Amino acid sequence: MKNMKEFSLIGHNMVPQHILIPENEVNKVLKEYGVDKEQLPKIKLADPVIVEIGAEIGDVIKVIRNSPTAGEAVVYRLVIE
Amino acid sequence: MAVSQKTIDEMTENLPLPQNLVDALRSDLQKVDVTKKQLEDIIERALESYEYARIAPCEAAGVVSAQSIGEPGTQMTMRTFHYAGVAEINVTLGLPRLIEIVDARKNPSTPMMTIYLTEEYANDRDMARKLAWDIEATHIKHVGSLSTDLTEMLLEIELNEKAIIQRGLTAEEIAEKLEDELGVTVVTEKNILTIRPENESYRELLQLSKNAESVIIKGVKAINRVVISKDDIIDEYVMYTEGSALKHVLVFDGVDTTRTSTNNVNEVYEVFGIEAARNSIIKEATDTLREQGLTVDVRHIMLVSDIMTVDGEVKAIGRHGISGEKASVLARAAFEVTVSHLLDAGLRGDVDELKGVTENVIVGQPIKLGTGHIKLMATKKT
Repeated sequence: MKNMKEFSLIGHNMVPQHILIPENEVNKVLKEYGVDKEQLPKIKLADPVIVEIGAEIGDVIKVIRNSPTAGEAVVYRLVIE
Repeated sequence: MAVSQKTIDEMTENLPLPQNLVDALRSDLQKVDVTKKQLEDIIERALESYEYARIAPCEAAGVVSAQSIGEPGTQMTMRTFHYAGVAEINVTLGLPRLIEIVDARKNPSTPMMTIYLTEEYANDRDMARKLAWDIEATHIKHVGSLSTDLTEMLLEIELNEKAIIQRGLTAEEIAEKLEDELGVTVVTEKNILTIRPENESYRELLQLSKNAESVIIKGVKAINRVVISKDDIIDEYVMYTEGSALKHVLVFDGVDTTRTSTNNVNEVYEVFGIEAARNSIIKEATDTLREQGLTVDVRHIMLVSDIMTVDGEVKAIGRHGISGEKASVLARAAFEVTVSHLLDAGLRGDVDELKGVTENVIVGQPIKLGTGHIKLMATKKT
């Protein structure tokens, strides 16, 4: 029985694009929303997509969702635990 | 003079509008000839009406969502089991399903998977059928009949030749599997397998028979049934399964890892992550409501799934999830199990900051919503 098959989660049609954004862009985002980093929505370090893109705790992930209302929606999540 | 395509693109480039509004604006502009002055006017008006359509700050968006989902919910059938589309697979629908989704149940009552196939499998019925036999959990009862012989004190399995060929098995393979799983010696004689219990006791023989029945000879444990049907819209074979095991099914060759999915939100979360879980909640809730002939604006459902997934894990709405985590004691006490919340808070000496809506309603203060949220300050003219 084969149990190993590697494939990218990003390719699945239910998984939106996740992008690790650099520090200076993070500050821009926080300023735009007027919030602290901790007030952003969270994403867990153990989340399969985070494992795949290799982010670390404290990183901010930019998620580009396909939205039924806006076409494309950008949200940010803070990597925790 | 009409403006060129380039000017249109440039001017609509960085507007603070959602992508699909920009797209709609562009495609409409292509059809008409406008001057630069008119284009500016159009953009200005578009921005104006977008601003007008946006929800106002401090608006009680959550309450509006709750009512918008709750009211159609009253019209849903209390108990419906239905067959999912062409495939005769039983799925929970209606109100029980909706409750299941917002409660983020670990195990929904009728888990089901939709397995899409890769190109070479999707158009070939035989290949698809073969894959289905590989995925479906095969028990002894599928490939033969099991009987206990009390006089000889043995277990006899008569294999059905047609069934084992169809499932791509051989008598030896089955015997080997049984030996591995049960730790017994299996004597194979053509299509008859005989097993003797270690000790010649009636109880042991019965136990052995029970264990043999539960051995999975082939396939994925949770998948009880696989139905193949041709999807007319995409014109390819799609498999629907009773039972769900996303992780185990995705490793099969021929399974399309970009489209295959399950109706179990928690499984989606474990395999594909939080963002996929959010999409899954939206999809499942919308489908459930639509199946009942109810139209609820997707924004309300999106708000619910946003709240459920905001902390990086799928949380239930209700006492064990969102509502149970409110900071305010009074707000929690107002929801469910009032006394225990008040008692616990008293024991711990909790302080209520009176920042939320519920607690301010309880103590009779203006709530921090709408105009109540705004404090007006003026500097004195000197």
